[in-house]
Amino acid sequence: MTTATDVSALSFEQALKELEGIVARLEQGSVPLEESISIYERGDALRKHCDGLLKAAEAKVEKIRIAGDGSAAGVEPLDRE
Amino acid sequence: MTDPTSNAAEYTVSEISFALKRSIEDQFGFVRVRGEISGYRGPHSSGHAYFALKDEGARMEAVVWRGVLGKLRFKPEEGMEVIATGKLTTYPNSSKYQIVIDALEPAGAGALMALLEERKRKLGAEGLFDPGRKQLLPYLPRVVGVVTSPTGAVIRDILHRLADRFPVHVLVWPVKVQGESCGSEVAAGIAGFNALPEGGRIPRPDVIIVARGGGSLEDLWGFNDEVVVRAAAASDIPLVSAVGHETDWTLIDLAADVRAPTPTGAAEMVVPVRRELMDRVDDLGRRLTGASLRAVDLRRTRLIAAARALPRASDILALPRQRFDAAANALPKALTANTTLHARQFERVTARLTPASLLRTQAQLAERLSVLSARGGRAVAELIARRRARLDQVTSVFDAVNHMATLRRGYALVRDDEGKPVFRAGGLAAGASIEIEFADGRVRGRVGDEAPTAIEAKSLPRRPKTKPGPEDQGNLF
Repeated sequence: MTTATDVSALSFEQALKELEGIVARLEQGSVPLEESISIYERGDALRKHCDGLLKAAEAKVEKIRIAGDGSAAGVEPLDRE
Repeated sequence: MTDPTSNAAEYTVSEISFALKRSIEDQFGFVRVRGEISGYRGPHSSGHAYFALKDEGARMEAVVWRGVLGKLRFKPEEGMEVIATGKLTTYPNSSKYQIVIDALEPAGAGALMALLEERKRKLGAEGLFDPGRKQLLPYLPRVVGVVTSPTGAVIRDILHRLADRFPVHVLVWPVKVQGESCGSEVAAGIAGFNALPEGGRIPRPDVIIVARGGGSLEDLWGFNDEVVVRAAAASDIPLVSAVGHETDWTLIDLAADVRAPTPTGAAEMVVPVRRELMDRVDDLGRRLTGASLRAVDLRRTRLIAAARALPRASDILALPRQRFDAAANALPKALTANTTLHARQFERVTARLTPASLLRTQAQLAERLSVLSARGGRAVAELIARRRARLDQVTSVFDAVNHMATLRRGYALVRDDEGKPVFRAGGLAAGASIEIEFADGRVRGRVGDEAPTAIEAKSLPRRPKTKPGPEDQGNLF
């Protein structure tokens, strides 16, 4: 079990993969009762995390301001014609 | 005399040569000459390169000084069709002229293609295009960096497609996608995104798209630039190239982790479709809840079934109780039985333990003793009889040979005073007392005064010195 890993630190793909694994185990019915409760809780946290990542997505478009030495000095909104 | 027609000024060879040199350099101080490179003799040890430019009708010597050679965008190659930019000059020492080249570029698509192949081979040999270098694209990037022109259809297409699929944070690094500075700007953009620190003020992209619309080989030439290829290969951030149309290939496509056929295609590659993901997460969430509820239900059902099958406590105890009762009842009986059994065994043993057995043994021993003693008596008597018979035999022999029988025939035995038999007359001193034995007794006497005369000793019969008497025969037993 990877309960030690903080769910919020997982990437969407990692979280989704783990969630799928948990669902598959629960559906097989091979998980002991105590564990099934704890992995359900973890699965629920993973689901919320995935959901959050998907819902938090926002279309933000910026343009890099280039400094004199060619590095990125900052950002500004992209002027979209 | 002077020739009246020859009033023209006289030149020295040097004067005319240098005059010519000035005219040529003035007149042709900046020219572009198109021709094929011929007789290319690499960089000389001096670092300069010498060759000729030629076409169907003419041939012109050319030189590229060392300092210029290093800056050329195209390396001159034998047979390459080029456009050389430079000035003409002469070489007064040997009445020759040449072009001193400042810049060189391939003339026409064929030349560019040849150059592209050469560069591809060289960079490929360095391993920059190795499949092992390719990185996987992140599944769901939070920030997408796009190196492209900030204006035009390309960035618009990318942003539209991203918005359709999955709205993300997009950072555009503005570059010229055509012209001299294109290559260096694109390379700087890729390196610049990579230089952004994780968690810094400007978010570091999780994936980079390098994009440009379609164009001619020359238009796209900047994306074949060596610095672009190296920057793409060195990028730690996964990089998608989307330069030109699907049929256009540039070297950045080979160095990128993934090549997209179009800028729109690149947008599709870097983000999944949010709606699909949300559906999938929702579905997983439903299954998660359902499965855990079912897990509890299943166990409850099993618990009920198991509880039903569980027998009552009294039932469980009944059988052992019965066994206990039976055993408890049997206990005193068993004790008696056991005692009886031992008593019986004791009696069996004591019955056999009687004086009769002892007496019987004694009688047997006595009988055996009498038999043995009878046998012993007989044996002894026999032994005695045998000894007796032998004695008789010996006695009769003895009687036949001993001196008593001789004496009875009239002989006498003379003994000295010690009682020893005297066998020779010489053995007796005069006057010695002797004893004469006859068969019926002994008489004492004395040897006369004369010394006894010895008869011939030889004629005397030999006699044993001692003769065993009857008393020396030893015990019969």
